[in-house]
Amino acid sequence: MERGDSERIEITISSRFENIELVQVIAEHLCENAGVDEDGSHWIGMAVREAVANAIKHGNKLDVRKKVHARFDLDGPELSITIADEGEGFDPTQVSDPLNPQNLMKTSGRGIFYMRTFMDEVHYSFQPGGGTSLVMTKNLAKGSGIASSNG
Amino acid sequence: MKASSRTVDGVEIISLQGKITIGSGDSQLREVITNTVNSGKNKILLDMSQVTTIDSSGIGELVGSYTTVTNRGGKLKLLHLPAKLNELLHVTQLITVFEVHENEQEAVSSF
Repeated sequence: MERGDSERIEITISSRFENIELVQVIAEHLCENAGVDEDGSHWIGMAVREAVANAIKHGNKLDVRKKVHARFDLDGPELSITIADEGEGFDPTQVSDPLNPQNLMKTSGRGIFYMRTFMDEVHYSFQPGGGTSLVMTKNLAKGSGIASSNG
Repeated sequence: MKASSRTVDGVEIISLQGKITIGSGDSQLREVITNTVNSGKNKILLDMSQVTTIDSSGIGELVGSYTTVTNRGGKLKLLHLPAKLNELLHVTQLITVFEVHENEQEAVSSF
């Protein structure tokens, strides 16, 4: 894949679950426009869905007055996605490993695992004034999706 | 999410349609399963062929449904998994938990 231009898309949503799909669709369209196949775009879109859902539920704790800010930066094949909330922050390291047999039957705790599976890197940072910022990156030229991330 | 059910040889076949995602179909799935079990039906086959989108919350509700039915002495199995749902169950190793069928008659006979 070759792209001469960089691109930035930003969207801010209120903390409603029905807004998740808006951000997911942007991610999928951006990936498809960059030449990623349908499956690869879907998995990146799902990582975005999980990140936004976490920001709404665990970050902003469903407070519709608080916003979720999504930013997509495409620089050549490098896609960087930032999802930031306005909550008090949560510690992702406290989320247990869903592959641990003890956790296999838990009904929650798989969102971050899916993000790490579908993206190359996932980093959290905590803002001085509050809020959690999640940055996920993916090299679109390396291929996308579960197969590439596992192998 | 929409759900429709029918009974075949004592097995409740529930066809799920649409999204099973956070704030949408996840709670509906829980309600459908709870109502089914409370009505005394505990052999449940979930036809997933018409599920268009599922996220980690939906996967969590599937796991919760499995536990609910199992704890009531029943069995919950899956029919016609879409490819992407199959992948999601594989990467989380949940595919080892669920019994998955591609043929309805064989699935019904397996209970």
